[in-house]
Amino acid sequence: MSFMPSGTVYGTLLNFRSEVEALAPQMNQPPYKAPPKAPVLYVKTANTWSAHCAAIAMPARVPEVEIGATIAMVMGAAGMVAGYVLMNDLSIPHASFFRPPVKFKCLDGFLGIGDRLVPASEAGEPSGFTLEVRINGELKQAVNFSQLVRDTSRLLADVGEFMTLRPGDVLMLGCDAGRPLAKVGDRIDISAVGFGTLSNTLIEEAT
Amino acid sequence: MKHARVMYEGKAQHAIERDGRLLLDDGRLVSENAVTWLPPLAPTPRPRTILALGLNYADHAKELEFKAPEEPLVFVKGEGTLTGHRQRTRRPADVQFMHYECELTVVVGKTAKKVKRDDTHDFIAGYTVANDYAIRDYLENWYRPNLRVKNRDACTPLGPWLVDTADVPDPMALALQTTVNGKVTQSGNTRDMIFDVPFLIEYFSSFMTLQPGDLILTGTPDGVVDCRPGDVVVTSIEGLGELINTIE
Repeated sequence: MSFMPSGTVYGTLLNFRSEVEALAPQMNQPPYKAPPKAPVLYVKTANTWSAHCAAIAMPARVPEVEIGATIAMVMGAAGMVAGYVLMNDLSIPHASFFRPPVKFKCLDGFLGIGDRLVPASEAGEPSGFTLEVRINGELKQAVNFSQLVRDTSRLLADVGEFMTLRPGDVLMLGCDAGRPLAKVGDRIDISAVGFGTLSNTLIEEAT
Repeated sequence: MKHARVMYEGKAQHAIERDGRLLLDDGRLVSENAVTWLPPLAPTPRPRTILALGLNYADHAKELEFKAPEEPLVFVKGEGTLTGHRQRTRRPADVQFMHYECELTVVVGKTAKKVKRDDTHDFIAGYTVANDYAIRDYLENWYRPNLRVKNRDACTPLGPWLVDTADVPDPMALALQTTVNGKVTQSGNTRDMIFDVPFLIEYFSSFMTLQPGDLILTGTPDGVVDCRPGDVVVTSIEGLGELINTIE
């Protein structure tokens, strides 16, 4: 049976080194005034969830969306990771990370979710994960999870300092810099060894 | 009607208010002190969306040295941050400023997508009271207010009751009040919201479909003060009830 989350889905900002390097010159400037200390999280509400192969509607006012390709941890009992799943965390492109990104990230359908939950016992070390993003078959991004700022155990520990991830909750490992843009009509394929492929197509929003 | 959800005899169940007591679905009347209060919400098939507003009262925006926002400042909470009436909320030992926020909370009653302002009333199941605690020590300017401030375990008491929409004729004219150990520290009125309830439902449903059981916490007025372990914090809204929480 294909996977769908049963708990809250959290995303993680600034967990790839090149993502941090790209923003570093702004981090001590207003409005941020300092680099982040705790993990910077956001929520992908249930209305955003799209299954593998689902079409995702783009609002007419938005010419392009940003593809946040990642792998997420799915929590099991007692704070343990049950497994991992591919995710396509779509955003309306936005330059400021000062305010929570609800209107950029919580649109209907804006989270593609892989159909395969890879059990932790089969997945191997997350630092060995790599994934590829293709738009209409053309390779646009390769992501290497050895480049995380906080690895999975550190991320879980630092998040766990202020909130409990419950069984079924999901925590994305982060999206690397160089996120590809896609438009209506594009087919997005995110694939990783052992995970298969997560495919979604962007369509025009029905009026 | 006022609905509650309570743990009684080891079972989570629905109840309604009846003459100061709780009427269970099986017909028994039990004392309010005989149960453990849960958030007054029926379970949902998928995790409920919990939207919360910041700076949604002109006076509170001023107090916090921000100009009033031009569009809603909204953040999202996970369900793990909710807790019920008469529960305890932890204040970490090392913090300097933890404050309550008394908030009118909308409970969505039916699927809402692209709803127009004049129709929003039909999409509301009812109203309850939230105490949206914040620990200001942990504020950072990244997706502010960040989850370390606003998504802590059991840091958002909700209840006691879900009051049906029919029993709240004008949600935009309700007195709010918070007391700490019996002393009034916050008072305001929902008429002073910057973005009112119909606006918020129209705004959110324009880009995200709301489902039954989803929540909108509508922000808090002026008058937040630091709370210490042992303090009893009572957030109340006219017609909705008094939500009691103790800091530990």
